[in-house]
Amino acid sequence: MANKKYIKIALVGNPNSGKTSLFNQLTGLKQKIGNYPGITVDKKTGVCSLKEGKKANVIDLPGTYSIYPRSDDERVVFETVYDLNPITKLDVVIAIVDGVNLKRNLLLFTQIHDMGIPIILAINMMDVADRSGIKINLNKIEKAINVPVVGINARTGEGIDKIKEFLSTFAAKEEHKPFYDVKNFAPELIAEIKKEFRLENDYQAYLIIHQYKHVNRLSVAQKELIESLIEKYEFNINSSQAKETIDRYSIINEFIDGAIKVKLDGHQFRFTDKIDSVLTHKIWGYLIFTVILMAIFQSIFAWAEYPMDFIDISISNLSLALKSKFPDGPFFSLITDGILPGIGGILMFVPQIMLLFFFIAILEETGYMARVVFLMDKLMRQFGLNGRSVVPLISGMACAIPAIMATRSIDNWKDRLITIFVIPLISCSARLPVFTILIAMAVPEVRILGIFNLQGLTLMALYLLGFLVAILSALIIRQFVVRKGKSFLIMELPLYKLPRLSNVFITIYEKTRSFVWEAGRIILAISIVLWVLASYGPSDKIKNAEKNVSEKYAGENLSDKQLNAKIASYKLEHSYAGVFGKAIEPAIKPIGFDWKIGIALITSFAAREVFVGTMATIYSIEQADAETTIRTKMQNEINPETGGPRYTTAVAFSLIIFYAFAMQCMSTLAIVLRETKAWKWPLLQLLYLSALAYVASFITYTILK
Amino acid sequence: MGKTVADLKVGESGIINGFQNSSLTLKLLEMGFLPGSKVKLNFKAPLGDPLSIRVSGYNVSIRLDEAAMILLQ
Repeated sequence: MANKKYIKIALVGNPNSGKTSLFNQLTGLKQKIGNYPGITVDKKTGVCSLKEGKKANVIDLPGTYSIYPRSDDERVVFETVYDLNPITKLDVVIAIVDGVNLKRNLLLFTQIHDMGIPIILAINMMDVADRSGIKINLNKIEKAINVPVVGINARTGEGIDKIKEFLSTFAAKEEHKPFYDVKNFAPELIAEIKKEFRLENDYQAYLIIHQYKHVNRLSVAQKELIESLIEKYEFNINSSQAKETIDRYSIINEFIDGAIKVKLDGHQFRFTDKIDSVLTHKIWGYLIFTVILMAIFQSIFAWAEYPMDFIDISISNLSLALKSKFPDGPFFSLITDGILPGIGGILMFVPQIMLLFFFIAILEETGYMARVVFLMDKLMRQFGLNGRSVVPLISGMACAIPAIMATRSIDNWKDRLITIFVIPLISCSARLPVFTILIAMAVPEVRILGIFNLQGLTLMALYLLGFLVAILSALIIRQFVVRKGKSFLIMELPLYKLPRLSNVFITIYEKTRSFVWEAGRIILAISIVLWVLASYGPSDKIKNAEKNVSEKYAGENLSDKQLNAKIASYKLEHSYAGVFGKAIEPAIKPIGFDWKIGIALITSFAAREVFVGTMATIYSIEQADAETTIRTKMQNEINPETGGPRYTTAVAFSLIIFYAFAMQCMSTLAIVLRETKAWKWPLLQLLYLSALAYVASFITYTILK
Repeated sequence: MGKTVADLKVGESGIINGFQNSSLTLKLLEMGFLPGSKVKLNFKAPLGDPLSIRVSGYNVSIRLDEAAMILLQ
């Protein structure tokens, strides 16, 4: 190992053992998020500088209680640690354990140790253990287990240098004596597997007997061989696993008993118990949770507006400045009308993402998130959701993008998928401009009981409708999603801690970076496609737009501005988007839409609020005072078939309902793809939400017509 | 049938005797629910489910039907 420039190390540990804090301490911002092939688990790696110019590639593995995997996350731990390929295998594992819960944490350590992989034991939270009256004698432990032991405080960075020192000079021991001998379970079977697979380690052989069904690198023939051997020796997998766990605990008890002294039993819980009696109280608990949710919602809804406006204005100013400097032409139009607005559309989400993850990281760091799950689990289970779905669902009221990213904390994949599916139904802030215009057209401005504005009430009803349909959808989807085994909630309620700001900021940085780079690429690609659709057309009419429009309005003495607006409208009508809008008219007629709305439906796939801008272009409205003018223009539009107004109450409500349910947002699509890592989920979701929107609009239109 | 963790009152303790055989048994063992160790019901969620259990030196949240799998002496 000494001559290799990069050594490969992995961090393993129980959930809440401080693994991520240690990872942040070792790697700082030199982190990368990648993929494990075929699954949705993120691969977190980073680079750590050691002594004498040496470097280490660090992998932060998902938290787990044992080497026997039960989920995709835990399988990653098994597969990474059990990698025997001489090129890709780990050089050393750092097992991080919580000093306050030493015995339970050591189970995983003894399992990995017995696989014969070089290991360092890092005992974390020495300070909390000390204050709780738990005295840990590191020397005694080191002697008992014959493995390097470091006492650390991953939050403050204490002991990190010592770990780095160990890593720089670490050399694997020749001799290896396991804590627990598995040979007795099936001596002949283990011997035969060792021979067949050229393994030297008993526990490696034993684990492959347990896990062969799920190990990707084994061939079908190899799996069949193991199966036949298991049958031959009549080996019972399940009973041996329980016995192994119990036996390991008693071995741990033996070597740990002389090394730790507990003076004040249960002292560590005093503070946490006091806080819990308030935070999980049947009145105060829910009240405080509601206040926290409102604060989060308020901040992403209201505070994010200022930086978002700033980004919006800067991008459009930049686009205008470029337009005035450079000549007209397809290349500059691509930049100023296609790429720049696309980048703006990506950056617009950054303030909301940063704010939401600021709060979520604090909730996770302090240990409060586990209490949220505890409080909400029973309620959310009725709807096929999870206690952890609550914060993402509420965040969806501001914006679906950060909300879908926040589902990462839902550890059950099926629950997470259902939550992702229904989040876009929650009314987000991008729907507001669309709703405002349409409500103003459809609902008279009257007051009810002297105080309530009917238009305001309609808006509130739309928010409630979103929630209701989201929950009903979760119930329906639950019937179709097959769950692997029973979902369970055996979860640690960690001690309360103060949040560490450096961990919070690394989370914010990481979430923002992955959104901008990964979802951003798809958003940019779609916005360029949409630009092509709106700027090019199948016929020459677009090219000759100026001439055709000037001739048509030659006698009307229009100002330059008015004429330009007419030209833009003409261009859009004859673009591909316009052609598609007309082509889908028969399909959207049953819900009361004409081709003009059809065009807006296509362009506003970029984002719902684009509907307003497209309507402005179609009705050739100049920039200033767009909103009120669009409303008047739309209200004055005559339906050629009936002779009455085009936008009847029925049409307006049909549109409102359509925008309430449809997935008219390419960024949501992009983030769902990024989070689920397979095209089938965002496409299924698009299909489901579009169908739902269509049917709901059809019903609305038919009733009101 | 004997007493299970689901039957504990708030603040009451018991000693684990064994488990109703299920796919959860191993998970429970790995998380420190060992035969012979002490469990205490700290408090219940406001809706009566899940429970906060103290076992092996830490607090665990566990649903009522999962707690019913843990048999007491």
